[in-house]
Amino acid sequence: MAKIELKNVTKSYGAVQVIKGIDLTIEKGEFMVFVGPSGCGKSTLLRLISGLEEITTGDMLFDGERVNNLIPSKRGIAMVFQSYALYPHMKVYDNMAFGMKLDRTSDAEIRKRVESAAKLLQIDHLLDRLPKQLSGGQRQRVAIGRAIVRDPRVFLFDEPLSNLDAALRVQTRLEIAKLHHSMSNVTMIYVTHDQVEAMTLADRIAVLRDGRLEQAGTPAELYENPNSLFVAGFIGSPKMNFLTGKFAEAEGCTTLGVRSEHIDVVPNGPWSGEVLHVEDLGSDHFLFVEIGSDEPIIVRRPGKADIAVGSRVSIAPRADHLYRFDADGRPVR
Amino acid sequence: MASNDGGLSLSQQRQRAAFWFLAPMLAALFFVAAWPLLRTIWFSLTNTLLSDLYGGEFIGFDNYLSIRVLESGRVIYRGTLVDPAWWNAVWNTVRFAVVSVFFETVLGLIVALVLNAEFKGRGLVRAAILIPWAIPTIVSAKMWAWMLNDQFGIINDILLNLGLISQKIAWTASTDTAMYAVLMVDIWKTTPFMALLILAGLQMVPRDIYEAAKLDGINPVKVFFRITLPLIRPALAVAIIFRMLDALRIFDLVYVLTPNSAATKTMSVISRENMIDFDKFAYGAAQSTLLFAIIAVFVSLYIWLGKVDLSGEGQR
Amino acid sequence: MTAQKLLSTIAFYALVVVIFVFSVFPFYYAIVTSFATGTELFKVNYWPKAFSWANYETVLGGRNFVRSVWNSVFIATTTVVFALFLAVTASYALARVRFRGRGLLLMMILAVSMFPQIAVLAGLFELVRFLGIFNTPWAMIMSYVIFTLPFTVWVLTTFMRDLPVEIEEAAIVDGATPWVIITKVFLPLLWPALVTTGLLAFIGAWNEFLFALTFTSSETTRTVPVAIGLLSGASQQEIPWGPIMAASVIVTVPLIILVLIFQRKIVAGLTAGGVKG
Repeated sequence: MAKIELKNVTKSYGAVQVIKGIDLTIEKGEFMVFVGPSGCGKSTLLRLISGLEEITTGDMLFDGERVNNLIPSKRGIAMVFQSYALYPHMKVYDNMAFGMKLDRTSDAEIRKRVESAAKLLQIDHLLDRLPKQLSGGQRQRVAIGRAIVRDPRVFLFDEPLSNLDAALRVQTRLEIAKLHHSMSNVTMIYVTHDQVEAMTLADRIAVLRDGRLEQAGTPAELYENPNSLFVAGFIGSPKMNFLTGKFAEAEGCTTLGVRSEHIDVVPNGPWSGEVLHVEDLGSDHFLFVEIGSDEPIIVRRPGKADIAVGSRVSIAPRADHLYRFDADGRPVR
Repeated sequence: MASNDGGLSLSQQRQRAAFWFLAPMLAALFFVAAWPLLRTIWFSLTNTLLSDLYGGEFIGFDNYLSIRVLESGRVIYRGTLVDPAWWNAVWNTVRFAVVSVFFETVLGLIVALVLNAEFKGRGLVRAAILIPWAIPTIVSAKMWAWMLNDQFGIINDILLNLGLISQKIAWTASTDTAMYAVLMVDIWKTTPFMALLILAGLQMVPRDIYEAAKLDGINPVKVFFRITLPLIRPALAVAIIFRMLDALRIFDLVYVLTPNSAATKTMSVISRENMIDFDKFAYGAAQSTLLFAIIAVFVSLYIWLGKVDLSGEGQR
Repeated sequence: MTAQKLLSTIAFYALVVVIFVFSVFPFYYAIVTSFATGTELFKVNYWPKAFSWANYETVLGGRNFVRSVWNSVFIATTTVVFALFLAVTASYALARVRFRGRGLLLMMILAVSMFPQIAVLAGLFELVRFLGIFNTPWAMIMSYVIFTLPFTVWVLTTFMRDLPVEIEEAAIVDGATPWVIITKVFLPLLWPALVTTGLLAFIGAWNEFLFALTFTSSETTRTVPVAIGLLSGASQQEIPWGPIMAASVIVTVPLIILVLIFQRKIVAGLTAGGVKG
């Protein structure tokens, strides 16, 4: 429901500047993911949007309205915390109702909203329990439910899946995606350090690094047209292969990047070497080939592994999928 | 659209709340601590009497030290700083504090090491050592006064039976032994407290360090001095200073166990005696101001040595 | 080797027994004495031989001792309630809100808790006289704030600091003001800490002697420690040891029961107040 604009936003703690001037517009109903390595400022940026921290300079607008100093509860936001942050002494129902009770919403209205949110999240049978009687996944749902009942303009998620085990994480990710579709006019902002989460959930991704916005765009844009070495290396799994030295010079750049699925095993390729290691995932497999570059080259091939460790192979990158970067990590056009 | 810059921001709102939350506490502390302290210091510079609190006149530092030169050329020194009774009290207090804290630390360390080991009945022993701590000081003083009684006391009885003494000792009354009596009771009462503080420090030492040392076959005594002691030294240092401050202001035990004994009279006891009992209100105030100054030095030491994480923003 | 091991085990348990006996014996002996009367009192008995309630009857029969117990209960309870009330909000501010001078303020509070009480005695005496509360419970309640308040603030601040930040932030997002956060979110989580702190402050107030001795002048306004401390006969030889021991047992048993019930929490509270370096 809200369009969020950040205009040259900075945040400092004393002399230390952690957000170094960010310009970003998040459209209404968009699912925006902030991603980056730890310490990049992504959580701080989320907290600035939530109002839990105040911006030092710059402007923040919600639907064109300046909210720089507006307190969180007046911004129309809801937040799902990493640790769920449920009130330990309140039953699930009261956890979800707490904000509305403070708002002096009528009891009937509170009951209606809590129950419909609980039904949506399939936690309606848990309303009389205390948080400590719930599993991790159930707590996560309650935390999301507590956010839903606030009927927010902006939904904020701060690494909400990091405390769940791998299987539950995939399942909950799916539910968050479903939630986004069912509340299509609510803006969602999601912080994670996991680029897979970012790629699967986001309408758009903002990659942050060291307090600056490195690149913002759709997952496909970032994957196909990274505008820096950093983004190229951060987005995609396995990591993009980077080659330097003579390999890069041959292509007229400082660093040459090529994704594992864009390398083929061919009879007479430009690069060749020994297969150091094979990872077989069933549907496809990875070869780690030592060709004399800084790190072994990873080659992704479909199907079951048919090349043995120790054998020599010759490989070739696809010419139309090469990424060239200059000494500053910027793409060479 | 309207701008929201007019309202209070979150941090402003919280700081304003913090101010109102702190104000009553600060007012209370000012009222019962800061103001009376300032008045005490003021009284120490006057000749106020207990019977006439507002009739005092400013006399400068005369309560501390006054030097008068008589016409005959004789110089007369007066005031607390040349009062042998005061210096006796200072000596008693310091002796008491140093000796009691020393024994409490050593014994507390032993008790803590015992409680840190695993053995049957550990819970029972830990509960037992809380008993001396829970008993009011006055009650302990009376209980020990009875046990130390010269005629009917059980301590004399035990020592006589063991052949350690040849005749009954008037522990609390005799000037030779009064201080021992006070020390005995204080060590009994406070060692548990010390042991618990040290135990808390000991329990922060990871167990696998001991196991590694055991595997390497290092002598347990060596393990204690080389590993345990250095690791708990910060906790120990803070506990010692904490106790030291407590010991320097001791009043109740001495007052009840050995009333009016010059051998044990401490700074607190002599100040109160002058202030309330002898109607030398201002003189007593001067003595208590001196005690305050001494303790202030120790408090600074505590804060400096303890490196107490005051803001809570340190390494958490 | 095994002989040596056996020996060290025996030595260890001997040490345990010594610690146990050393801790418990004086109180045990007070109980034994409190049940002895007449000539039995003046014989050294290691085991209880006589069993008479006479001393207890003497103590409880005298109007003033019961009165003193009530004085102490009233004073200690009021002091604790007052201190906790002021300390909860103050410790929230100190633990949770960033503001300039916070470290200095905490340091000052710590310093006050280490004050020698004698240093404020003269000034407090004047204040007590000025307010006309000399020889009333309010003199003690007021003066006990000087050691209970800094202590409760300090301990509650350390407890408050350990509560998860995200829970508070969730409440802020839900629209809770600082007051609502304290009363609706933190207080229910802090009950154990409040009980511990309150109990320690109660024991402190219950045991206090200097102020109680100085600010009371009649037997009916005395607190328990003063009553026991000044319980005496006409001369040294006539000290009523039996009743004194009975009185001691009466005021100590409830404390010991409380301390044993809250054992673990008390240790946690003491360590938080003492060494948290």
